[in-house]
Amino acid sequence: MTEHTREDARPEAAPVDYQTQTFPYRRHVDQDVASPARHPVVIIGAGPVGLALAIDLALQEVPVVLLNNDGRLSVGSRALCFAKRTLEIFDRLGCGQRMVEQGVSWHVGRVFFRDQQVYQFDLLPQAGHERPAFINLQQYYVEGFLVERAQQLPLLDLRWHNEVVALEPQGEQVRLTIRTPDGTYAVMADHVVACDGARSPSRRLLGLDTQGRTFKDRFLIADVRMNAPFPAERWFWFDPPFHPGQSVLLHRQPDGVWRIDFQLGWDADPELEKQPERILPRVRSLMAQASLAAGGSGAVPEIELVWASVYTFSCMRLERFRHGRVLFAGDAAHGVSPFGARGANSGVQDAENLAWKLAWVVKGRAPEALLETYAREREGAADENIRHSSRSTDFITPKSEVSRLFRDAVLDLSRDFDFARKLVNSGRLSTPTTLHTSTLNTSDEGAFGGCLQLGDPLADAPVLAGGTAGWMLRCLAPGRFAVLVFAGAEGADRDSLQRACEQTQEILMSAQSAFDGLPAPALLVLTREEELARALAAQLPAGVQVLQDDLGVAHERYDGQPGSALLLRPDQHLCARWRRLDAQRLRQAVRCATAQPLPCAAGALEEHA
Amino acid sequence: MTLITTAHLESPDDFYEALLLAHKDLSAADSQAFNARLILVLANHIGRLDVLKEALAAAALGAKSPTAAASPGDAATPHRCT
Repeated sequence: MTEHTREDARPEAAPVDYQTQTFPYRRHVDQDVASPARHPVVIIGAGPVGLALAIDLALQEVPVVLLNNDGRLSVGSRALCFAKRTLEIFDRLGCGQRMVEQGVSWHVGRVFFRDQQVYQFDLLPQAGHERPAFINLQQYYVEGFLVERAQQLPLLDLRWHNEVVALEPQGEQVRLTIRTPDGTYAVMADHVVACDGARSPSRRLLGLDTQGRTFKDRFLIADVRMNAPFPAERWFWFDPPFHPGQSVLLHRQPDGVWRIDFQLGWDADPELEKQPERILPRVRSLMAQASLAAGGSGAVPEIELVWASVYTFSCMRLERFRHGRVLFAGDAAHGVSPFGARGANSGVQDAENLAWKLAWVVKGRAPEALLETYAREREGAADENIRHSSRSTDFITPKSEVSRLFRDAVLDLSRDFDFARKLVNSGRLSTPTTLHTSTLNTSDEGAFGGCLQLGDPLADAPVLAGGTAGWMLRCLAPGRFAVLVFAGAEGADRDSLQRACEQTQEILMSAQSAFDGLPAPALLVLTREEELARALAAQLPAGVQVLQDDLGVAHERYDGQPGSALLLRPDQHLCARWRRLDAQRLRQAVRCATAQPLPCAAGALEEHA
Repeated sequence: MTLITTAHLESPDDFYEALLLAHKDLSAADSQAFNARLILVLANHIGRLDVLKEALAAAALGAKSPTAAASPGDAATPHRCT
C-alpha cells in the first residue's frame, strides 16, 4: 500500500534464461583513482543473501557496492524452497510478487514408508496470510529477479567479475583488494559484509574456522523435465521399494521440472552417480511408484534430465558473525543440511536483520554496538536451524542400528497413531526466527494473549485501507520503525466516535514526539469499526495509515484492544508493546531497540558489548 | 511430577506374563522392534519430558555397565574446516 512495496507493472517480454545469462565486466572509475575510493558498505557475493541485503540498504538510502567474482547466476535448482517469511521480505524489497507468480506454491507434504503413505501434513491451515507457506522456485530465478530489482536502484553499484583477493582490517575501515579482468584495484570500506557462500573465500582470507559436524552421507539431486500429473506437494519416502534402505524427496518446480533428492550413502561414487544412465533408471522407478501413489496407472512419462549434482553437507557455523568491521551472513556464516529449507531462507533473514541495523549505524543514528546484536540474534537463529536440521538428518539417515530401530518403529506406528506422526522427521521446515530473548526487546508490562509474542515477526493479517482489501505487512515501510495503535469507540454515535478520534490522535502525537530527532516511524491505526475508520481517516494527518480490521484477524493475532500499541523494528519484529502508550516509555524502547548506551527501561538487560 | 519408582503396577505378575507373551514366537530382531514401538507408545502416554528424562536416567542406572548405556553411539564426527 505504500510506494515502497508496490511492484511496477512489467511489460510482457520474452522469458529470460537466467542460467545462461551473462553479465559483462565494466571498468569502474574506482580503478582509475590515485588513492582507494572509500565506501560506507561493500558486500561480497551477489547470491540471494548479498542481493537481498544490497537492495534493502539501497532502499534505505545507503549507497552500497556489491561485488561478484564472476558474471553468472546460479546453475541448477539449488535452494529451491522459499518460505513465507522470505517471500514477505522479498515483498518489502519490491520483488515478491514476481517470485510468487513464477513459483509453484505448495503447503501439503506426504510421507511414505516403504510403499505406503504413513502421514500427511498441511503447513498452512490458517487462513489470512497473503503469502503461501512455501514456493518452489529455482535459485536462478530468485537471483535473476533480485538482480533486475537491484538494477532499478541508483544507489546500488553491482560489479560483476570483481573478485576480492585480500581483506585487511585497518582500524575503523577495511581495505579490499579486488581482481578484475584488467588488473587489481583497492577500495576502503567502513563495513564489509561477506555473503560469499558455503566455501566463503572471505572466511579464508581472514583465517576464520567454522565448527560443526560433517555427515557421512551423499545425496544426488536430479532436476528432470517431464509431463507428470502430480499435485504440487512435497513427497518424502523412507526406505522405498525403488530405492531400498535410503530416502527420496520429490518436489515440483516451475517449467515442468521436478526435483528429486536421492540419498546414496557414504560409499557411493559421486562421479559415477552423476551419469545420466545411472540417474534415469532411478527416476523411472520412482515415477512408477509416484504414479501409483497418486492414483495413476504406474505409467512413466518421457523424462529429460536437466541438471544433476552429488553433494555432502555439514552443519556448522562461524563462532562469531561479526569480526570488527567485517560481518558474515548466509552460508558464509552457517551451514545446515538441506532438510527443512533452512539455508537460503535463513540467509535472507540474516540480510533482513542486518540491513536496517547497518543503515542506522552508517547514518550515525545508532552505535556500532547495534551490529553486535545482529551477530547475537543471527548466531542464535543459526543454532536453532542447525539443531533442527541435525535432528532431521539423524532421523532420515540413522547413524547406528538402534537409531534405525527407533526410526522404523516411529514410521511403523505412524500409520495407526497420531502421536507417532509428530515424531516423523523428514525435515522441520523453515519457520521465521523468533527473537524472544533479544536484548533489543522491552519486556511486556501488561499481559498479552494472541499468537504474537515479543520478538516475533509481525504475523500477516487481511485489512481494509480506504475500503480496499490489502495486507498488514504491506503497510510497513523498509528501514522505518512502525507504531501500530488500536482504536475503538464505545458507541456508534457522533460523540463516541469523536472521543475515540481524539484519544487516538493523542496517542499518535505522543508516538511522534517519542521519535523526535529520529527518522519518523510509520504510524498505523487499526480499528474493527467501519464508522470509526472513516472518521479517523478524515481527521488524522495524511501520513497516518488507517486500517480497518473488518474480519478481526489482526485484533485476534496481536491481541489488540482500544489504546494498545505495538512497536515494530524496521525488520517487522515486535520489540515492545503497551496497553497504554506513553511517550517516555516508547522513546526508551526505541533507544533500547537501537542499542543506545542508556539502560533499557525494563526487562532483559545485557551489556551491548 | 516426578518419575514413580516405588511399586505402582496394578498387577505386577500379570503384566510380566503379558509382556513375555507378547514376545513369544518373535525373532530377536522382531522383539527388538516390538520393544522400540512399546517404548514410544509408553513415552507418549507419560508425555512429560522431565519425567521421561528421569526414566532414561533410571534405565541407565540399571545397566551393568552404566558408561556403555550412556554413550550416544553417533557416527558423525566433529570437524574443523576453513
